Amino acid sequence: MSTRQFGQRVLRTEDPRLLRGEALFIDDLSFPDMLHVAIVRSMHAHARLLRVDVAGVRAHPGVTAVYTADDLGALMKPGPVLVPPPPIPGSTFNARTQTPLAKGKLRFVGEPIAVIVASSRYVAEDAAELVVVDADPIDAVVDLDAALAPNAPLVHDDLPSNMAAHVAQRRGDYAKARESAARVIQRRFRYDRGAAAAIENRGVIANWDARTSELTVWDTTQAPIPVRNALASSFSLSESQVRVIAPYIGGGFGPKIMFYPEELLIPWIAMQLGRPIKWIEDRSENFVGTTQEREQIHDAEIAVDKDGRILGIRDSFLHDTGAYDPYGLTVPINAQCTLLGPYEVPAYESEFTVVFTNKTIVTPVRGAGRQHGVFVMERLLDFAAKELGLTAVEIRRRNYIPPNAFPYNYEILYQDMAPLTYDSGNYQPALEQAIKLVEYDRFVEEQPKLRAEGRHLGIGVVSYVEGTGIGPYEGARVRVDPNGSVTLATGVGTQGQGHFTSFAQIVADQLGLAPTDVRVVTGDTREMHWGTGTFASRGAVVAGSATHAAAMRVREKVVRLASELFEAAPDDIVLDGGRAYVRGSPSRAISLGELAQKANPLRGAVRPGTEPGLEATSYFGPERGSTANGVHAMVVEVDPETANVRILRYVVAHDCGNVINPLIVEGQIHGGVALGIGNAFYEKLSYDGNGQLTSASFMDYLLPTALEVPPIETVHIETPSPLNPLGMKGVGEAGAIPVAAAFAQAVENALARPGFEILEIPLSPSRLYELLEAARQEPRAR
Amino acid sequence: MKPPPFEYHVADSVDQALSLLADYGDEAKPLAGGQSLIPLLNFRLARPAALIDLNHIDALQGITRAPDGGIRVAAMTRQRALERNALVRQFAPLVVETMPHVAHPQIRNRGTVGGSLAHAEPAAELPAVMITLGARLHLRSKRTERWLTADEFFTGLFATALQTGELLTTVEIPAVPERTGYAFEEVARRHGDFALLGVAASVTVDETGVCRDARITLVNPGAGAERMQRAASSLVGRPIDDAAARAAGEIAAADLTATGDVHASPAYRRQLARVLTRRTLLRAYDRGRASR
Repeated sequence: MSTRQFGQRVLRTEDPRLLRGEALFIDDLSFPDMLHVAIVRSMHAHARLLRVDVAGVRAHPGVTAVYTADDLGALMKPGPVLVPPPPIPGSTFNARTQTPLAKGKLRFVGEPIAVIVASSRYVAEDAAELVVVDADPIDAVVDLDAALAPNAPLVHDDLPSNMAAHVAQRRGDYAKARESAARVIQRRFRYDRGAAAAIENRGVIANWDARTSELTVWDTTQAPIPVRNALASSFSLSESQVRVIAPYIGGGFGPKIMFYPEELLIPWIAMQLGRPIKWIEDRSENFVGTTQEREQIHDAEIAVDKDGRILGIRDSFLHDTGAYDPYGLTVPINAQCTLLGPYEVPAYESEFTVVFTNKTIVTPVRGAGRQHGVFVMERLLDFAAKELGLTAVEIRRRNYIPPNAFPYNYEILYQDMAPLTYDSGNYQPALEQAIKLVEYDRFVEEQPKLRAEGRHLGIGVVSYVEGTGIGPYEGARVRVDPNGSVTLATGVGTQGQGHFTSFAQIVADQLGLAPTDVRVVTGDTREMHWGTGTFASRGAVVAGSATHAAAMRVREKVVRLASELFEAAPDDIVLDGGRAYVRGSPSRAISLGELAQKANPLRGAVRPGTEPGLEATSYFGPERGSTANGVHAMVVEVDPETANVRILRYVVAHDCGNVINPLIVEGQIHGGVALGIGNAFYEKLSYDGNGQLTSASFMDYLLPTALEVPPIETVHIETPSPLNPLGMKGVGEAGAIPVAAAFAQAVENALARPGFEILEIPLSPSRLYELLEAARQEPRAR
Repeated sequence: MKPPPFEYHVADSVDQALSLLADYGDEAKPLAGGQSLIPLLNFRLARPAALIDLNHIDALQGITRAPDGGIRVAAMTRQRALERNALVRQFAPLVVETMPHVAHPQIRNRGTVGGSLAHAEPAAELPAVMITLGARLHLRSKRTERWLTADEFFTGLFATALQTGELLTTVEIPAVPERTGYAFEEVARRHGDFALLGVAASVTVDETGVCRDARITLVNPGAGAERMQRAASSLVGRPIDDAAARAAGEIAAADLTATGDVHASPAYRRQLARVLTRRTLLRAYDRGRASR
């Protein structure tokens, strides 16, 4: 094929199936004899669990079984720490993970207590109401500051306090930087909780086949291979006896990377009862039982010189991990590292304390703590610019790491346990492109005229970086079948990212095919044994690079075989349209299918050492993550009386290295921005003082719709990564990361009231009104 | 999120529905568009022994002229049908202005006028609109029938004057007085959400532009739609200029029963009452003066 597929706006090959309702989602599956599960969950945020009485349940018609912690035997042990914390000197980490069902104590609303297995979900839910949970409430640990007070109730009684972890990292000498600063600006920032709210909730279906001693599990996981490994280990099975299939999944966004109690319990019950078992999480369960993200409080300060150059940053923050900390320190370390952004920060002192609370567990959600760091840094820069009489754009321009400074090493450890080193970058073009596209100069000129007409428009321009594409590794297998079709299998699960298309483009380029000719299989442990999962914006970079390597090796095999058949030099072999021929003689071609048959002779002799077929498996592991970056700009209009905000324009200039498919990258950015807009102004998980979630449905947890998200204008800049052969960087989370910072700057800019500062996310019209009133009553400049 | 068991009856006529309601007493719920009731069932917040489905009763559908010049809306008329009806457009423009704020088209396609009124969700727009328009509601039971004004019908948070066995069958919106203008405005978190606060206003003026009658009703101030009598009275006998509208807004902000929830503080609700009362009054007044 003459056109290179890499870089083309190829329409997503999976979409026809999805749009026609032909894709297999987990709830589509049904088996004869299948039983259905309902889970009894804690209504208390914090309580002694005295007794769970299920006597009434067993007698309920249609109930097959009911399990409490006492029935689980060897299964009743704390789950694994999925991501061990990086070895940062002097750090503390108290690992506390949950048992599959609660025993002795309840630590958050939604914690599973009992499992009911019945003929239908309806019957199971009826029976669930008959379970008597005898619990003695304890004061709930909700507020982060209060959690660390000396007399606070303890989430985990065996720990001396609610501190889950403490980590300090530093670069340079901040105290010295502060002494020489022209200005030091200090603020307290709060970034509250949010949910991933994927359109598809979680679900698990398990079937134990006693005849073959094989366990098959369909799971909405982002990490089918680690789930397979955990199940094999828990049930003392070999990994080849367990097959985990993650079919089409309606959005992951992070929480589906976790290993949840249900993922252990449902397969276990299937083995106990010898019948297929189905559990589909409903939205009410999802709000409390699926992990959440985002509660942090930062006390941060920036030291700048008279020209607005950053001399140093100091930050001390609290991070809410919820009731347990199975995901280690990924989220707070992301916040700590990503705060530095695209800027030269000679001195950095950052410490954080992770706090146990009686709330749902916190693990990565799209952005995974990065937006917190970006919010803090971008806000500090905004306030510094104001004090120095600079524009928000100019102070950023003055602080970017220059293009000749890469690789740039910050000398602190990142979540992948490697030093935080930016592989490549060129930051100023993103800024210039963004302000050109958003017509920044024209806006600045028109703003006063609009203000005179009573219209309050504001603009926000912010930068960010995102560490993407981290290791350890992923694999890919490419095979040409005798019918000429080409199949690619990778171990990563897929939840809507467009893997079916972008991976196919990579294979197509090597084998001279159209992307639609490549069948992509993801998320089936039988198709690919090795791998880790879809997280940290790494699918394209890591699995994509493995795919590229495997496809190149298959190409070599195809070319070698064709060159032997045609008695031509390998360099003269052309692969095009599913055929191979000698350059200049396309009429005398052989199809890939025929070559595949010839590569697998059924009789006769082969040369010693010959591998059958046109197949190759390759693995790719980057030495460290690649760093993507971008600039977001937005224009808002605020009604100063109702404090309601309308986003008029949204512009993204971003750089994720070489782009496989601009259409898919734009889709990722659009989705991320929508999520960021939700985070900034609509979505909030509100907990009351008793640890009860008061926004536990889509009536109150407000996802932005097509009516709230404006058209998003994007421009691509491509600074290749040197860390992988195709020069790619990740983009999955980028869109979500800087939105809140841009929103805060734009709203402040629109209202321009003395003393009115936005130091928290999420906002709402009601909260903005409160802030405006507070500034009106006490308009002192801070 | 599966409902507890219930019996399900399809009523073919109003009489049959009323008979079933009489048989079940408090144990049955009429099923109209189901846009609130079905979620309540799925959350197991409502546990009726039986649902009586009104969706197959032809007599509960349609919009007609009332004998005295207004219009009559049968209770099971879909909200979308109300929004698009020519009679409504002509005789109750306030309804037309309000309907786009009522949830989304998909919900209005299914949701009914009577269902919304009988449910009396405090943040719903239709109760406040019917109060402002001085609508009358026809209630029937197996043995009784009566007409109530909207003021009498709505008694509080999710509360109405409907007695056990009674069904709301018709809403009558009276004829528009001459030189009357209307306006509706609300602030919601997202397009189509329930209002954080809304205001429905109607202003009748004389030939000289003096306000002769004003009605102001708040959506979602606290315990259901609430009329702002003092604010409305302050406008009668004078033209409504910015100062008068602003003063009425201040009175409304002082009078409303403001409550707080996860989306709005009481102070913010007062602010919205202040601002939206002023804005709707000015618009209603201008429209009143411009009409015949």
